[in-house]
Amino acid sequence: MATTLAKAADGAEVVEHAARIEHVSKSFAGPAGPQLVLDDITLDVAPGEFVTLLGASGCGKSTLLNLVAGLDAPTAGNITTNGRPALMFQEHALFPWLTAGKNIELALRLRGVAKSERRDRAEELLELVRLKGAYGKRVHELSGGMRQRVALARALAQDSQILLMDEPFAALDAITRDVLHDELTRIWRETQLSVLFVTHNVREAVRLAERVVLLSSRPGRVAHEWRVDIPQPRRIEDAAVAELSVEITEQLRGEIRRHGQH
Amino acid sequence: MASTETKADAADQPVKDSTGGDMAGLEAGLDALETTAHSGRPGFRQTFVEKILPPLVAIALVLVVWQALISFKVVTDPSKLPSPSDVWGEVKNAWLEGTLLGYIWTSVSRGLVGFLFALVIGTPLGLLVARVKFVRAAIGPILSGLQSLPSVAWVPPAVIWLGLNNSMMFAVILLGAVPSIANGLVSGVDQVPPLFLRAGRTMGATGLRGTWHIVMPAALPGYLAGLKQGWAFSWRSLMAAEIIASSPDLGIGLGQLLENGRTASSMSMVFLAIFLILFVGIAIDLLIFSPLERWVLRSRGLLVKS
Ligand SMILES: Nc1ncnc2c1ncn2[C@@H]1O[C@H](COP(=O)(O)OP(=O)(O)O)[C@@H](O)[C@H]1O
Ligand SMILES: [Mg+2]
Repeated sequence: MATTLAKAADGAEVVEHAARIEHVSKSFAGPAGPQLVLDDITLDVAPGEFVTLLGASGCGKSTLLNLVAGLDAPTAGNITTNGRPALMFQEHALFPWLTAGKNIELALRLRGVAKSERRDRAEELLELVRLKGAYGKRVHELSGGMRQRVALARALAQDSQILLMDEPFAALDAITRDVLHDELTRIWRETQLSVLFVTHNVREAVRLAERVVLLSSRPGRVAHEWRVDIPQPRRIEDAAVAELSVEITEQLRGEIRRHGQH
Repeated sequence: MASTETKADAADQPVKDSTGGDMAGLEAGLDALETTAHSGRPGFRQTFVEKILPPLVAIALVLVVWQALISFKVVTDPSKLPSPSDVWGEVKNAWLEGTLLGYIWTSVSRGLVGFLFALVIGTPLGLLVARVKFVRAAIGPILSGLQSLPSVAWVPPAVIWLGLNNSMMFAVILLGAVPSIANGLVSGVDQVPPLFLRAGRTMGATGLRGTWHIVMPAALPGYLAGLKQGWAFSWRSLMAAEIIASSPDLGIGLGQLLENGRTASSMSMVFLAIFLILFVGIAIDLLIFSPLERWVLRSRGLLVKS
């Protein structure tokens, strides 16, 4: 079961990680007995760190993120997080019966923020994602990129220590995605959040992360890790980003090729 | 892309980041390009031509055919088919005697009160069936089976249990409407996208808070459809109850009016009663349920504008 560390109120207790995944395995019941999806994953996310989790489709990235979010329990192993994580999905998951602002306020309300403060805080968060003036907009009135920004603002409203993101920009067009990469980097640096970002897009992984973790498929294992020392702000078309992406892509292809060999 | 810098509202946005100064401008440009401009409400003329005129034409056609049946002596016996003017005379009489609104009010007030009871019972019942596995397995199938039982069938037992009085009418309404309301809510809850539930859970909306903040609002469209059907069933079962169980001390509602017309062999009174029953059913739907449903769907972007 995922357990939660008490947040250090006075700073006396030093928490040295935002999320700790220790020897975690997960199997699902399949037609031919239990199917092992994640095998002995060990991974730490340090406070303020930005980690991307990279892997082919179906390798268990979403499964792992759900375990960290506490939406599902691991078959074996242990997961600890510093407080309840916020989670962002590929689909915006905004509630269509609420306006953009009220979506954010709901997250604040569920966290126990006083009614008098919610409105101001929601406006602040909208401004943080550069959507000043979208407070009263309905979800269907927003473009795909704007929806993901509202979803980001709602996730930030949870005031978690760690933000989990499951391919949040995969459905966006390239230019919008570029803009959102810049926004996410800016917000990450402003808020000093820890981020665990899942993607199957190598360049995106390199563009954003301080550390890239490659998962193998069937079962998912940590196959390789890279530190990314390219200074931020980066651009997805930077030569250094491209260079590391080539290396990682080679490795990823190797992982995928192994599956065709028997 | 350079032209995006000229966007007016980008200029007064503070650029705090170091990721290139034109990002806010680029973003504002994207937002402006991707947001569809919403046209205002359609004008009265358009509404009239598209929404009001067609049913008026249909009604006029029915009247023309009806009158033609009489004028061309296809039906000659006025006790079988009264002329439109006879029926209109009946309406006018009832109005002048001041009894018309009384008939309508007797039935409508009964119907609405009964419906409100059904709402109060059907809603928690639906929630229980939708959310508690045991309850669903126990009474779910019965509840959906009850929907296909014509509610007239409840009139005889209700008369035996409760006698000829208002409680018997309410009982019949409840038995007709509660299953519809509960089933509507159940199917509304079943159709809530799992993504919303997961998003709610990560935000701490579990248990009752999840039900209140996520499940209920997400299930609202299905619930409203259930209410609408529940009203239709209430109204039908009430009419059946009034026809079968007419008694002088119950007051004359539309069902009794119909029955009185039959015993008095007054076809124009029968027609009057039928028209009023139809009229009330349609009016309640047009005045209450349709606007409610449209408002909910429109605010969620689920109503395709034609
Ligand atoms: N609830 C579940 N029940 C059974 N199998 C599942 C379930 N969730 C995921 N899986 C399986 O686990 C594997 C990994 O899925 P997922 O984590 O969604 O991959 P990714 O996000 O990397 O594309 C897939 O083969 C999928 O079929
Ligand atoms: Mg996935």
